[in-house]
Amino acid sequence: MITLAEFLIAFFLIIAGIFGFVGSFGLLKLNDEMSRLHAPTKATTLGVGGVLLASMLNAAVVQGHLSLHELMITLFLFLTAPITAHFIAKVHIHLQESRDTLPEAGGDGLWATHDTPADED
Amino acid sequence: MGIMKRLVPHPILTLLLTFTWLCLAATWTLNSLLFGLGLGLIIPFVTQPYWPNRPRLRAPLKIAEYILVVLWDIVIANTIVARIVLFKPNADRKPAWVTIPLELKTPEAITMLAGTITMTPGTLSADLSSEGHALLVHCLDAPDPDAMRDEIKDRYERRLMEIFE
Repeated sequence: MITLAEFLIAFFLIIAGIFGFVGSFGLLKLNDEMSRLHAPTKATTLGVGGVLLASMLNAAVVQGHLSLHELMITLFLFLTAPITAHFIAKVHIHLQESRDTLPEAGGDGLWATHDTPADED
Repeated sequence: MGIMKRLVPHPILTLLLTFTWLCLAATWTLNSLLFGLGLGLIIPFVTQPYWPNRPRLRAPLKIAEYILVVLWDIVIANTIVARIVLFKPNADRKPAWVTIPLELKTPEAITMLAGTITMTPGTLSADLSSEGHALLVHCLDAPDPDAMRDEIKDRYERRLMEIFE
């Protein structure tokens, strides 16, 4: 039973390591700013997720107590990671994109980042 | 009913805060349960003015289904994106902006959708249109942007519509 659990813990750690590596490698390899932003979402989902699963399993089987801190880490990550990514994307739109390089904004005409007070004159 | 509603304006948030406190304290005693419950009662009461029109959850059980679908998609999309990052030359990759017209109206539901799109690898929500009727999404590799748009609308937006509206 313990051996099986140790195999599983090792498996999750290896998965986490692989996806953490792919995330960092993506930052180097991808060649435009917006694509590079995709790399960290991998590291924060399966990369961190694998470590947290391994940690919970280790606490439950090897140390024999229930550990729920990992669930909280997941919760806080899922709350904060999209907001950070959203801010970086907004900075990119401010600096690199103009109204012509982005697609049509549905029926509204403008994307919120380009909706500056000057439009109201 | 009236006075209960005024004192406990948000029962789900109260439960969530209590649970969060218990997990953070990591001690399953009556003491921390009472303290967590106290926080869970005070915080929604104090922050009540900040959500004047919060949406009703029409189908709370569908949230569990939604979370499972998203977790599964994260695993699948991770392997797809890992393959793109490791083996696809940059010249063959077709990054694209995709406009997703929104049927969701409530800000909370749109936030959930945007967060979901960012957390599933390969897509990233970047901006909202000026009146909130469309979402700007960046795709890492989208040979067919229209198919991508339809998939997001069908998998996530339809489920969120059932939960919130």
